Amino acid sequence: MGFRYEFRLSGSGGQGLILAGKILAEAAAIYDGKNATQSQSYGPEARGGSSRSEVIVSDEEIDYPKAVNIDLLLCFTQEACDKYHQDVKEMGILLVDESYVTKIPKGKYKVYSVPITETAETKVGKALVANIVAIGIITQVTGVISKEAVEAAILSRVPKGTEDLNLKAFNTGIEMAQQFK
Amino acid sequence: MREDDARLMTGNEACAEAALVAGMRFFAGYPITPSSEIAECLARRLPQEGGTFIQMEDELASMAAIIGASLTGVKSMTATSGPGFSLMQENIGYASMAEVPCVIVNVQRGGPSTGLPTLPSQSDVMQARWGTHGDHPVIVVAPSTVRETYDWTIKAFNFAERFRVPVVVLLDEIVAHVNEKIIVPTRGEFEVIDRDRTTQDPKDYLPYALTDSDIPPFADFGSGYRYNVTGLSHDETGFPANDPKKVDLLHRRLNRKIERYRNEIVHYKTELLEDADIVVVAYGSTARSAYRAVRNARALGLKVGIFKMFVLWPFPYQELDKLARRVEKFIVPEMNLGQIAHEVTCAAKHEVAQVNRIDGGLITPDEILEAIKNVSV
Repeated sequence: MGFRYEFRLSGSGGQGLILAGKILAEAAAIYDGKNATQSQSYGPEARGGSSRSEVIVSDEEIDYPKAVNIDLLLCFTQEACDKYHQDVKEMGILLVDESYVTKIPKGKYKVYSVPITETAETKVGKALVANIVAIGIITQVTGVISKEAVEAAILSRVPKGTEDLNLKAFNTGIEMAQQFK
Repeated sequence: MREDDARLMTGNEACAEAALVAGMRFFAGYPITPSSEIAECLARRLPQEGGTFIQMEDELASMAAIIGASLTGVKSMTATSGPGFSLMQENIGYASMAEVPCVIVNVQRGGPSTGLPTLPSQSDVMQARWGTHGDHPVIVVAPSTVRETYDWTIKAFNFAERFRVPVVVLLDEIVAHVNEKIIVPTRGEFEVIDRDRTTQDPKDYLPYALTDSDIPPFADFGSGYRYNVTGLSHDETGFPANDPKKVDLLHRRLNRKIERYRNEIVHYKTELLEDADIVVVAYGSTARSAYRAVRNARALGLKVGIFKMFVLWPFPYQELDKLARRVEKFIVPEMNLGQIAHEVTCAAKHEVAQVNRIDGGLITPDEILEAIKNVSV
């Protein structure tokens, strides 16, 4: 079997996790030339409700497009963290926004508990871009997708006029992760 | 194919783009999860290509509108999900009877009723075949990937045009919503078929003429040919007929039209069957899980292969019958309670093992692997 890396971005509807997944998949597939799929699972509600976005990156053709043995799990709600932490593989990464996730379940994974939304609000200037700050952190800690590719994918996917704000969010995420030991 | 044509695309987007490549210039529909992106995309793209997009009041009207548009010679399509597909059945029968080429995309959801709007299912396999009443011809294709959705949407239009039948593109939420890399093919890479049009003088034209091919040449409404179109059993003139001989001729021809050309339509691919004593028969997104399961099983030394269907109807009975003469054990994974498994049983003439999920979850490779291990002992 070739290389296969699984991301799951989880939280609730409206937090931008599906867009974040699309950006990661586009970065890997189009700008880094690997294979990638992005799929999602959400409820019938127009907003709210649990939301999850999954990205698979591989150097071979991707058949089964869902994450089962997660390399990186991002949680934007306590509920998502409680529900999905057991799917993270041994030595995988659990990344949580500490404003939402206060109880971190024990497991054989690395945990990064970070004030993602708070940083988006205070340092970047808008809580809305917390998903892009998270992408910055993910890019830095996993090293699976190149920084240049993610930047290009962000620019192709975010609304016109918000490019600078989003790039600032992305770089803020990278800087946060550079502080991790 | 150039690498700079690589795009991240969903199955729904691929379906919409491919329909344009096939020459579709009229879409009427009513948005419904998980098919809505097809309408969304075409609302933007059709005007750019000189086509027409109409959001109708419901699915009955959507189906009626594409039949009307197609009768004027314009390639037409609608897209829906289970509840809307139910509403379209009456007019799908009309399209079969009146031999109006059209394409209906059904992105399946769990049912019955409004069921599971956002989750995958494959439970409309039988409805796609038998949803409308009466013996009738229909062609149903079921792709597994974004690229296959692109290719098979074009083929669906070609079948519709070639045989003058409604063709159903049966997707599921996984194939419809997964974002996947595809190298967008150039327009010249595909054969695009247009319906055979009459060259007869309008006064000699018989709209439902009995011909050697069983497929009567078409005349566009508005091009000077006046003829009657009806859902009633009719004769060559298109007017209602009760004469048993004429009625028999019509209905046998309508069904023969697909039967005699089945070898042009039936399509599947096999892998690892040479030495196999177990075969997994799969279609749609479940085939993706099946491929992984089969590879994992091979790594464990189990002799298993795969028979993946692209076309569900007409069903590959002969091909599976032939396969059943040398491979004894069959496994059919599907997100329903055994709709295709039943047909495989008919073809193989013995019971087959099933893996079924109807809880809104995609069948996992491990669930299929478990079934492979069970039958191999």
